[in-house]
Amino acid sequence: MLRWIVRRDLILAWRRRADVFSTVFFFVIVVSLFPLGIGPEAQLLKSIAPGVVWVAALLASMLSLGRLFANDYQDGTLEQLLLTPQPLYLIVLGKIFAQWLVAEIPLVLIAPLLGVQFDLSKETLLVLFVTLLIGTPVLSLIGSVGAALTLGLRGSGVLISILVLPLYIPVLIFGAGAVDASIMGSSTESDLYLLGAVTVLSLTFAPWATSAALRISLE
Amino acid sequence: MNLYKYASPVNFYPLAGKMIPWFAIPSAILFIAGLYIGFFVAPTDFQQGDAYRIMFIHVPAAWMGMFLYMLMALYAGVGWAFNARLSSMMASSISITGAMFTFLSLVTGSFWGKPTWGTWWVWDARMTSTLILLFLYIGFISLQASIDDPRRADRAGAVLALVGVVNVPIIYFSVQWWNTLHQGATIRILNKPTIAPPMLAAMLIMLAACWLYSIAIVLVRLRCIILEREQNVARFAEAAV
Repeated sequence: MLRWIVRRDLILAWRRRADVFSTVFFFVIVVSLFPLGIGPEAQLLKSIAPGVVWVAALLASMLSLGRLFANDYQDGTLEQLLLTPQPLYLIVLGKIFAQWLVAEIPLVLIAPLLGVQFDLSKETLLVLFVTLLIGTPVLSLIGSVGAALTLGLRGSGVLISILVLPLYIPVLIFGAGAVDASIMGSSTESDLYLLGAVTVLSLTFAPWATSAALRISLE
Repeated sequence: MNLYKYASPVNFYPLAGKMIPWFAIPSAILFIAGLYIGFFVAPTDFQQGDAYRIMFIHVPAAWMGMFLYMLMALYAGVGWAFNARLSSMMASSISITGAMFTFLSLVTGSFWGKPTWGTWWVWDARMTSTLILLFLYIGFISLQASIDDPRRADRAGAVLALVGVVNVPIIYFSVQWWNTLHQGATIRILNKPTIAPPMLAAMLIMLAACWLYSIAIVLVRLRCIILEREQNVARFAEAAV
């Protein structure tokens, strides 16, 4: 069931490739705006790089959340998925996984390139890559709760941001903190472990909250 | 005595009306007493001078902000689990008072910070977590305001409040972590005075006053919510004063 859902969502996303690319371009543009706003001084840019890349990743994830359930909701597929005898937890997990592959992995792959713009060392680029790899699933997982709660509402785009961004703050703190530690030369272990802990916690509980929210939104 | 009849919003309405003066009047008395002791009786602080007196509003407001969030999540959860409309209405009512107290604690904290730390805002762990708590409240209020169907709004709010409650410790500890790792150049000593008895008395009186005020105002707002949502119940429309 899980494989089927993931495969279906990936095929549907492939048919709308433009959405994926626009998310990535948004990420790149936002990250590039900060040096333009702050100034080209290399030392300053290096110190703000972790925060800037992570916040841009958060915002780019926000944009792609609307797509998670909206299309299926509009044509009635979501209702049918809720009626299947398969556990909704698995269906939601499958959709989130597909969304992570399509919307977040491109960000993770592009981020080291953007890190080069900020003159980060190779080790720091690796840490950036790893923190985004571990942290972006949380963005999809917690974001899915917001997407399910605001299904079909007017102004749901901004509303998702208000709901979900405060919940993203631990991920931001640990993710950017790990990259920052790498720049300073100190140990990144603690931040990475805590980030991993948040990921595992979200992986366990978020699909359950999302299922409950979907049933509430669709009744 | 059958108390369960008060689970109906229409039955609870007159009971709430009778309860309100019992909380509002003691609250007003305690506010006056607490502020009097806080401003005139409590001695001037050795280190902070008279600026510390804002603590008598700031600390109760901060406590209320936090407790009311837990209470809101509890009522919302109970309303969702037991399908109890009144419980969810209570959660909606509490959310606004909680947001107000959280905002008040941030503002009074800034007023306290300016004379003592020299700056309106610092990103220390407690101020930052209180700011995030305010965002959580605003999210809850916005979500309920965006959903037209009241029952869907109740349940969606409950999911959000419960997810928030689980996150509050995580957010608090991550902000503490962030703060200790990224400690600024100046080390501020947060003054926890060896509390003189009048100061402690004033603090506790103000806290009690805030609790009583919260109960009173939440009940007033709850009555408004009941009026809005139950207006089509025939016997209610006739009986409601």
